[in-house]
Amino acid sequence: MNPTENKSSGANEVDASLRVPLLALFGGAAVWLVVGLTLGLIAGIKFHAPDFLGGCPLLTYGRVAPAANDAILYGFCLPAGLGVALWIFARLSQNPLALPLVPVVAANLWHLGVFIGTGGILLGDSTGHVWLEYPRAAAVLLFAAFLLIAVSAAATFGWRSEKSLYPSHWFLFAALLWFPWIYSTANLFLNSNQVPRGVVQPIIGWWFANNLVFIWLALVGIGTAFYFLPKIAGRPFPNTGYGLFGFLTFIFFGSWCGIPSGAPVPAWLPTLSSVAAALTLVPLAAILIVTLKTICCAQVSCKGGPFCFIRFGMMSFIVSGILYVSAACPQYSRVLDFTWFGPAQVQLQLFGFAAMIFFGAIYEILPAVMGKPLPLPKFARLHFWLALAGVLLFVVPLVLAGVVQGEKLLDPKAAFSDANLVALKFLRVSTTGQLLLLLGALLFAANLFIMTIQWKLGLARTVIAYLKSPLETAEVKS
Amino acid sequence: MKTGFSIFLATFVALGASWSGFVLAPLLQLGGAKQTVILQSTDNWPQQRTGNATLGLQVYRAYGCAACHTEQVRQTGVACEVTLTSLGVQQPADFVAFVRSLFALPELAAYTNAMAASLDGWNGGLPKTLLTCPDKDVASAMADRLKAAGIKSETSIVAIGPDIARGWGFRQSVAADYLYDQPVQLGSLRAGPDLANIGVRAPDARWQLQHLYAPKSITPGSTMPAFKFLFEVRQVGAQPAPDALNLTGDFAPPAGFEVVPKPEATELAAYLLSLKANAPLYEAPFTPVTAAK
Repeated sequence: MNPTENKSSGANEVDASLRVPLLALFGGAAVWLVVGLTLGLIAGIKFHAPDFLGGCPLLTYGRVAPAANDAILYGFCLPAGLGVALWIFARLSQNPLALPLVPVVAANLWHLGVFIGTGGILLGDSTGHVWLEYPRAAAVLLFAAFLLIAVSAAATFGWRSEKSLYPSHWFLFAALLWFPWIYSTANLFLNSNQVPRGVVQPIIGWWFANNLVFIWLALVGIGTAFYFLPKIAGRPFPNTGYGLFGFLTFIFFGSWCGIPSGAPVPAWLPTLSSVAAALTLVPLAAILIVTLKTICCAQVSCKGGPFCFIRFGMMSFIVSGILYVSAACPQYSRVLDFTWFGPAQVQLQLFGFAAMIFFGAIYEILPAVMGKPLPLPKFARLHFWLALAGVLLFVVPLVLAGVVQGEKLLDPKAAFSDANLVALKFLRVSTTGQLLLLLGALLFAANLFIMTIQWKLGLARTVIAYLKSPLETAEVKS
Repeated sequence: MKTGFSIFLATFVALGASWSGFVLAPLLQLGGAKQTVILQSTDNWPQQRTGNATLGLQVYRAYGCAACHTEQVRQTGVACEVTLTSLGVQQPADFVAFVRSLFALPELAAYTNAMAASLDGWNGGLPKTLLTCPDKDVASAMADRLKAAGIKSETSIVAIGPDIARGWGFRQSVAADYLYDQPVQLGSLRAGPDLANIGVRAPDARWQLQHLYAPKSITPGSTMPAFKFLFEVRQVGAQPAPDALNLTGDFAPPAGFEVVPKPEATELAAYLLSLKANAPLYEAPFTPVTAAK
């Protein structure tokens, strides 16, 4: 099926059914994006002025940095991705969203969970496991909210009018199954009263982090891009065979990555992970081919529109994947481990890939769902250039910092403080990148919230007009 | 992929395989891990932490120290080291001449440059590391030749690698080291130095506390934030508190005041002092294993 054809008479009804759930998911996501980037900026500044806000135990670097990362991943990327996925499910099904109230409740539970989690980290209740820092109460809320959204998505899928499947279905459907499995496993083992002994903890932690940050985000991001890129370019999906091959090899190989090659664990674990990482180049190539076939010579003048966002997002995904694979190669990991290279790859995955694709998708979805154009279209285009410059300024210096720092760390004659100092120069530039990302996020939030407020005012006006209108004579008599 | 069920099946098999490999299998292999025995000893490894150090791990976790510090040392290999303990009747100059006469031996060809460099400007101080080589037989033959010349030496196995050369540890960290950590705080970024052996490298609790209060008072260019909120600045009572920090210069409190660690700081320092990966294990040997010659 070609998504360009689904502009049927039912499209308006489909979009209307998603208005409230998507505003709840995206609105909270925009808030967490701004909060996360602000916390990230505070963490970044602490490297230039270690005692900045130093008197406040809540804002010490070890708390702000994970709180910022989690706010971006759990606060922005997941709800934004879920909202986009719901919309794509409904559109591809050519049916209104099933159980539309369920995702509204879920969105509120989700954002409450992120609030409790962020507060928990800042107050010192982090679990101490990377990407799984949220305390138990927050984890339970997130898990319940995800299940509710997945139920609504699965019901929409099950009751679909259009029976044939589209490549986006594979990726988004897999993502719905993926998260509950990995999140429950990780929390039951690492966030419970019966925690396994010793290094089993970081092993499960690495497995979870890989499957969330690398696999889950990729499933949703690629599923979204494979829907919007052909749709905006006005072409059919270029090669379903390559797409399927890419999907299957990605979930089979990619899910084994993530154990660092020098880790103090039995050697078979990192070895297997390195082999899997090398094999992951195969799906990366397949996905790159499909993407290039879609965007090459596409007659789209995007000028900072959704197409630009999503195209840049897919290119970032390929680069981020190559960085990830190279860091898993034992030869390079000796230099790159324990340096800024790892954070650089993660930030590229979050901001360069996932967030960019979700921004583009949301700018495309919002006007459809709200039934009117964006209030500030220039802000959206400016957002693209800010985000583009922000990602490059944020990530590229961190990658370079990682390489330089790694080489210094390998040379025992170089003082440790030297390794730190060479990295600091690059960190100054990357903090500028964070600032640009924050400005872009504010523009994004402005568009979203002006639209929401206009809609709520419109609702209020309707209600007031209804209350003020004279009663019909029939009602007066009865 | 024509049906929802086939997507479900593919996803289930893919994630199930990875779950079995990286969750179930490590649990089966390591989930029941127990203490091991230290090499050439009857002592067990690792030991449970003391109460204060166990609480300190929670302080370490709560402040996210692992965001900047790793607790894992890596090594690139092992080598045999021949260390001189006594020159017998020989003078250092004679000894150097004797060693140079051995440089012609083909088995030592790979190590002559390093040995010559290490003997350059040596004033005869002992113990002196003469030879570091990965080949056990070469080291053993060298020790035999030294013994024949009346020189006493010890041959030992050492770990090598940048971390070891930096003095961050004696050997690589291994799974057994983390048996009693909850949560295990391996860390992934070295914005600060590795702490796997900080209890050996800086065994003084006062040093640890002063470093937490004012890192720059010990390392001038440090980028570590000062954890001043873990300490109380209060007026000196009738007698100065016994655990008050000994601070000087810019870092000293105003006259008549003293800086006293709060319980959190004491616990964190106790935890840092408990960080020692200094026992030779079967999977990570490093102490002398050959008798002195």
